[in-house]
Amino acid sequence: MNAVGTNVQRKDGIGKATGRVKYADDLVMPGMLHGRTIRTTIPSGRITNIRYDFDTTGFTICDHRDIPGRNIVSLIVDDQPCLVERDVRHAAEPVVLLAHESRDALLAANVGIDYESATPVFDPTKSDTILKELLIEKGNLEKGFANADVIVEGVYRTGHQEHVYIETNGVIAVPEKNGIAVYGSIQCPFYVDRALRVLLGPDRYVRVVQTETGGGFGGKEEYPSMLACHATLLALKSGRPVKIVYDRVEDMLATTKRHPSIVRHRTGLKKDGRITAMDVDVVIDGGAYVTLSPVVLSRGCIHAAGPYRCANTKIRGRAMFTNTPPNGAFRGFGAPQTQFAMEVHMERIAETLGVDPVKLRERNALRAGDLTATGQKLRGDCSALHVLKDAVKRSGYRRKSNKYKGTNRGIGLALFYHGSGFTGSGELKLASRAAVECTERGVRLLVSSTEIGQGTRTMHAQIVADAMGIPYEQVEVAPIDTSVVPDSGPTVASRTCMVVGKILERAAQELKEKLNGASPAEHFKRNGPLKVEKQHVPPEWLKWDEDRYRGDAYATYAWACDVAEVELDRDTFEVRPLRITAVQDIGKAIHPALATGQIEGGTGQGVGFALIEQVVMKNGAMANSQLTNYTIPTTLDTPVLDVVLLENPFPEGPFGAKGLGELPIDGPAPAIVNAIRSLGIDVREVPATPELLFSAIGSRLSAERHSDVLTYGAPVATPA
Amino acid sequence: MRLTLNGADVDVDAHPMKRLLDVLREECGLTGTKEGCGEGECGACTVLVDNVPVCACLVPWAHAEGKTVTTIEGLADAHPLQQAFMDEVGAQCGICTPGMILAAIALGPNPSLEQIKTGLTGNLCRCTGYEAIYRAIQSVNGGRSDASSRKRSRTA
Repeated sequence: MNAVGTNVQRKDGIGKATGRVKYADDLVMPGMLHGRTIRTTIPSGRITNIRYDFDTTGFTICDHRDIPGRNIVSLIVDDQPCLVERDVRHAAEPVVLLAHESRDALLAANVGIDYESATPVFDPTKSDTILKELLIEKGNLEKGFANADVIVEGVYRTGHQEHVYIETNGVIAVPEKNGIAVYGSIQCPFYVDRALRVLLGPDRYVRVVQTETGGGFGGKEEYPSMLACHATLLALKSGRPVKIVYDRVEDMLATTKRHPSIVRHRTGLKKDGRITAMDVDVVIDGGAYVTLSPVVLSRGCIHAAGPYRCANTKIRGRAMFTNTPPNGAFRGFGAPQTQFAMEVHMERIAETLGVDPVKLRERNALRAGDLTATGQKLRGDCSALHVLKDAVKRSGYRRKSNKYKGTNRGIGLALFYHGSGFTGSGELKLASRAAVECTERGVRLLVSSTEIGQGTRTMHAQIVADAMGIPYEQVEVAPIDTSVVPDSGPTVASRTCMVVGKILERAAQELKEKLNGASPAEHFKRNGPLKVEKQHVPPEWLKWDEDRYRGDAYATYAWACDVAEVELDRDTFEVRPLRITAVQDIGKAIHPALATGQIEGGTGQGVGFALIEQVVMKNGAMANSQLTNYTIPTTLDTPVLDVVLLENPFPEGPFGAKGLGELPIDGPAPAIVNAIRSLGIDVREVPATPELLFSAIGSRLSAERHSDVLTYGAPVATPA
Repeated sequence: MRLTLNGADVDVDAHPMKRLLDVLREECGLTGTKEGCGEGECGACTVLVDNVPVCACLVPWAHAEGKTVTTIEGLADAHPLQQAFMDEVGAQCGICTPGMILAAIALGPNPSLEQIKTGLTGNLCRCTGYEAIYRAIQSVNGGRSDASSRKRSRTA
């Protein structure tokens, strides 16, 4: 019986539903201390003095002088310190670490920091320090605009978004051999492993073990390296295990968020809606250190022209330094921001030209054989038109568009896509490895790709089972420990199924050949261990020019269309999302129920991004760093989610699978805002809070010198 | 002071103002009750006190003196909702799951979809968009929290 394509029992077992599964905070080690981080309270300046206003007996105290190797958290660029030495670049930057047996004593300890303040920069458009800049050019932009009948311009903004994984960041560092073992809530164990080796210097033992992880969404991609470094310093100095678990306030204050964005569009069009030129300018707020911003900008810019064909395109992107905590990886990684701009802009184009928004998208949607903005020729796995047509039909878009006219209900759509795996030559450089081996019970697969709720263990085991031709139940998954498993790369970028799953498929096929008909368990009993480890091989046709940003940006794309229906409360300006129809082509659903769960969950997060999740920054720090006043969608805020999986296979993916994890968060915000626009409210920004809607209506009313707040006219078109 | 915890009488020696959450996790070793926010917003620490769901992070444990407290461990793996949450993927990362299941039990038998939505408003889930949680609870309502619903493919 085939496992792939069926909803087999998950490898998680029942433990998550019985409370038996251990997350980082559930672990207690003998002799364990608790750790605490003392952080900066100003956004910019320098430290002049640190005061320890408490009895330090029984405390372990670390500052930057306790770092045996380099004082950096290693990632892309070595600019972020593990502990501040003198210069402060953002609020909530770590300076001093404390550890004590008693959490009460730890919390009572008072460390004062004196500063010399400098003038901070918070607005990325006013920053004069470019973190990363890039340019994508195709065709002849001037010619494209010269051929246009109409030019439509607009500026679109998105705010910060906090991940709100329900389990906050947490690790335990345990002295082991001449170094450290770190257990924690981690998306990318080898990122942490590498950061610790840089922190400790050469020839020190390092081992990283993932504990059950209560959600990540990108939020546990880079920050756990920082946290692990902190716990490690305290553990090595005290000689005892040290646990650091952030409370919600600290987690929200100190860790990364989705990059705020400002995207300008200038688009040339023929009267019938054909796009002749696209000029896009993308600015994202990187925060105070480089972290992952260059790659977020890259993915954002590559997706900035949307799933549309245009011969003459220019996309300019800049990530700017500001004095806020670094913004970082969050599901979608730049693409939700730029595709929000593109899809709301498309709606405004339809309004301006007076053309049907579906027809406008149909006319311009990418088809097999078309070239993307980077000049990538799309193959048969392009499904833009298919998802659009299916979503329009299934949602009853046309019927409801008419029915909702003149009511408090609106309907809008968004067409979008998401590149699977690392950008360009990223996968080639990563050279991920994965292995399968015989055991006395069957086969064990070894990867560093983490289970963080999305179903990694199950989906990988299904692929291995079918590639080997053995029952799914005979496949087990090795616990993630960097001293045991090969580096299959980080669990990010919608790559865990498509890229790592493919390596596993090839390893399993080779193991099957080597067994020559014997069962893995038989072979193990007769001949002992047998293991096959394979490395990722990108498709041979994949070509990417990193310097010119030309070529095959991704091996494939997943395609989707969301249709959102909303209801406006005309007294409070609250928008209630009623239903989202999500038609998404993911190549192949290895486990349909898990795949559906990814789309439902990602769509739910997108609803929060669209309407309610507002990070309020005050003097460079999150002012609403509590779940009381940073709200995520509850059951009553989440609309009915109608998910349809389409399967247009990617021939080089495992069983045809494409990337899936990030795709669903690209669409809800523009679909919802376009639904609000259908009510005649000119919104171009998220979160579309009641205050934002009120001011949008207010400015329109004052512009029209209109006094009746309860009367809304036709959608406001803004001709060029 | 004494309370009835998961069916057994237990004596607890802790400061009366200590959070019930900490008493359960630290004094009683029951780590199935999770802390998500520490201020009663997320519901991850939901337990039943005399069959009423409460956020254990907001309750001084002395309030539970003489009462019956049920945590996820008290279900002894025997409640059909537990398997249903795994089968229907109502649990993804699993951190909200113990609290979610206890809140769902407090809804009583056969709740309607509207009752489920209203009853679970205080339990945040960041992974699922809640749909799979509704399916899990309703699958138990219909008495089919077994393989028959697992095999249902949602592929269109």
